[in-house]
Amino acid sequence: MHTLKFSRKSLGIPYAVYLLLFVAAPLVVLLYYALTNGQGQFTLSNLTGFFTDPNTMGTLCYSFAIALVTTVVCLLIAYPTAYILAMSRLKQKSVLILLFIMPMWINFSLRITALKEILTLIEGNLAYYPFFNAVVGMTYDFLPFMILPLYNTLSRLDGSLIEAAKDLGANDRNAFLNVTLPLSVPGIVSGVSMVFLPAMTNYVVLDMLYNSTYIMGSLIGSYFSAYNWHGGSMIALILLAIICIFTLLTRGMEDDSAETRVGGALL
Amino acid sequence: MKKYGRLLFIILVLVFIYAPILILALYSFTTATNIGAMRGFSLHNYVTLFTTPELREMILGTIVLAVVCAALATILGTAGAIGSFYSGRKASSFINTLNEVPVINADVVTGFSICILLVVVLGISKDTYIPLIVGHVTLCAPFVYLSVIPKLKQMDSSIYEAALDLGATPAKALRSIVLPQISSGIISGFSLAVTLSLDDYFIATYTKPATFDTISTYVVNATKGAQTTIKTALWALSTVIFAVVVLIVVAANIRALREGMEENRKEKVSA
Repeated sequence: MHTLKFSRKSLGIPYAVYLLLFVAAPLVVLLYYALTNGQGQFTLSNLTGFFTDPNTMGTLCYSFAIALVTTVVCLLIAYPTAYILAMSRLKQKSVLILLFIMPMWINFSLRITALKEILTLIEGNLAYYPFFNAVVGMTYDFLPFMILPLYNTLSRLDGSLIEAAKDLGANDRNAFLNVTLPLSVPGIVSGVSMVFLPAMTNYVVLDMLYNSTYIMGSLIGSYFSAYNWHGGSMIALILLAIICIFTLLTRGMEDDSAETRVGGALL
Repeated sequence: MKKYGRLLFIILVLVFIYAPILILALYSFTTATNIGAMRGFSLHNYVTLFTTPELREMILGTIVLAVVCAALATILGTAGAIGSFYSGRKASSFINTLNEVPVINADVVTGFSICILLVVVLGISKDTYIPLIVGHVTLCAPFVYLSVIPKLKQMDSSIYEAALDLGATPAKALRSIVLPQISSGIISGFSLAVTLSLDDYFIATYTKPATFDTISTYVVNATKGAQTTIKTALWALSTVIFAVVVLIVVAANIRALREGMEENRKEKVSA
């Protein structure tokens, strides 16, 4: 019995080692580089430099603004979409939802290229509306990731609760606000976490739409091009901190069902 | 009235999602170099796409990379999931926690940190492809792990015990009892891994050899340049990928689609 248990457990060892080497170790190295200078001496100047430089602080604010607006726009489009699909009486809704998440499987750079051509046609020159274009691009890129968790949560919602609310005298609006909406919070949180953080870092969308303003991701990109590992590590560390705070805040509120976690490939 | 409002909303969202891809697809069959100016029908973009060595190598390279990394990630992630599932709480929560990191983390940070460790600290050349493969396996394996774990939890563990009682070795029981029961998780993990690798830009940029390009890195660089033949050939690429995705989705759901249509029809008839 002992040897048997050992053999099954030991299957996990290669992966545990892999995770230590290529997930944990890189983070330790990142921390080391962020807190040292080119001579290998301990320093906090990378950190203080970030928070005292108006440029980098501006970048942080701009990233937050883009991420926030993108998340809100995605939510405003995705919630009604997911709601309508989940509540519709069509059979095989799981096939219909595929239409909305299929873009997930098309290379994002090609989708943004397509969007860029259309925006150029409409606007003439992309340079006139950089912020607007960035938000449209990010929304275009991330919308499926918002629709999927919302749909999963809403379609599993117990319909009898809504009926009960109505039997007890709630009108449609109140039933939605007091029953459906609170019960769909896990889906909202999952969707937001899948959109907000990528929208702070996916600088390629901005690049491709000729928006030359930096977001947090672009800072890492520019330090990378300049071989400045210490500066880049500090930005990565700050991003990690933001991600940690975000994860802690939403802990336990997320919809952590397998379908949502793993995304569209399960369909 | 309300019903039509809902339908209209759904249609508008679909237009937003598909109009750019479909318009680009339409123009990919013309000689036009810009969207808006309609020109004659032509397949020259497709000819360029499949005959330019640079483009062919880039597409092939992306696919090979995705399949290799997804295969490695599937082996690692599946074995990891089985091991973690049968381990004590401490060991499995250790693996679970580390497994979460690349899932939650921004790809920029994952790619950059792997580049620092492997290239800057350990001095491994990017030309060996090792940093790139490690990067993509790190991106994919956690998702394989996450798709296998639920299948292990749903599994009927008594069959495994029965196999042992009937004289099967643990390895044999694992192969013929456990693996078949979690195969759907392994397959969806593998396909998810392939799509993640195909779609990745950031990890590839920070870890790839200078002479190698994936579709994402190639397209991003190409849009910065002004080479028209390449630009319009990429419209063709976008169309081909779109067609392939549609085919795969339809093929994978053909039965559900047919059933759905029949049921809807029946409902309409009875209503």
